[in-house]
Amino acid sequence: MYDFTYAKPASLAAATAALATEDAKAMAGGMTLIPVLKQRLNKPSVVVDLSGLGLTGITVTGDSVTIGAMTTHAAVAASAEVKRAIPALAALAGIIGDKEVRHRGTIGGSLANNDPAADYPAAALALGATITTSKRAIHADDYFQGMFTTALEADEIITSVSFPVPAKAAYEKFKNPASRYAMVGVFVAKGPAGTRVAITGAGQGGVFRHAGFEAALAANWSAAALTGVPTSDADLNSDIHASAEYRAHLCNVVARRAVAAAG
Amino acid sequence: MPQVTLTVNGKSATVEVEARTLLVELLREKLGLTGTHIGCDTSQCGACVVHVDGVSAKSCTMLAVQANGCAITTIEGLAAADGTLHPMQEMFREHHALQCGFCTPGMVMAAVDLVNSNPQGLSEDEIRHGLEGNLCRCTGYHNIVKAIDAAQGLMHAPAAQ
Repeated sequence: MYDFTYAKPASLAAATAALATEDAKAMAGGMTLIPVLKQRLNKPSVVVDLSGLGLTGITVTGDSVTIGAMTTHAAVAASAEVKRAIPALAALAGIIGDKEVRHRGTIGGSLANNDPAADYPAAALALGATITTSKRAIHADDYFQGMFTTALEADEIITSVSFPVPAKAAYEKFKNPASRYAMVGVFVAKGPAGTRVAITGAGQGGVFRHAGFEAALAANWSAAALTGVPTSDADLNSDIHASAEYRAHLCNVVARRAVAAAG
Repeated sequence: MPQVTLTVNGKSATVEVEARTLLVELLREKLGLTGTHIGCDTSQCGACVVHVDGVSAKSCTMLAVQANGCAITTIEGLAAADGTLHPMQEMFREHHALQCGFCTPGMVMAAVDLVNSNPQGLSEDEIRHGLEGNLCRCTGYHNIVKAIDAAQGLMHAPAAQ
């Protein structure tokens, strides 16, 4: 790993100022950034640790769940309030990576990184979440802009994520057996934001909504309604783990499992 | 160079590190605690698992500077001061839960956290899934699961310690 300067600001203003340095990089839990630094895929001048900003905690109201950006996956998975309000979200957090990763990894870090196989982007997009930052509030529909690409500006910091409570929701993923990343992960939701289906792990451009599945489920919320609804493999990933054609097939299989699980 | 002050196995230490120094490097190279192993160095194998403020973490995927102010427990700090093994260590020995032993420190530390965070008890299936962040290349999982199952009875029993 190349060396860098380490900063741990105590306020959002100080963190924003630190990120204004050329080639500065924000670090949340470090579960992606540290491996990236080890591989010398990135060479930041300054690593800005966001753990001193007090951005942790979960607030549940009647119609929304708001999670501080630095809240760990383990905390979301274990939260009785999240389990009650959006059980699918707590369940999703509980199957990210492994136990040790869940102790350090954060929701803000996951959404800021926008790994094409990460789990949280599927939840945010399917539930119609609002991502609140140091500068503004961004709807999930405008936030995800392609693989590892988001609407965030270089010195913009996610502070919290707010999820409208759905009537029904579930997340299912077909895991790569070695890495546990989603080969295909499907989050289905029926709620205030409508009937929405978001798929992670499969798309070349990262998480995406599936219009065909959404239309079928809006007309008839049942696993059977998805039978025969096609997924184009044109923009899907093809790699040593799975071909695009196979991932297209998995989208349907995993989506049906998710709808069945949502009830 | 950044200075890190942390508590390791109950003892306070102040160490100068580079910003890029990993927690596992601080433990092994600065403090001589070589019980924590570096296996894959890519956050997959779990040989480097230690407890940071009471919960398990992969010390190869944490910067030493992030541990500033934290309380760390390594495998060296698990046994009692008089040398009495922790019930998890004792059960690993009893059930022969290791072959080469390379993964063992991480396995034990991860297992202690797993049992501590599940006071209601764990099924065999839950133990197996709970170890997904730890790899054993000797295929010793079967006895590791047996050891953890036995240890949870001892750790949760009120008069166990």
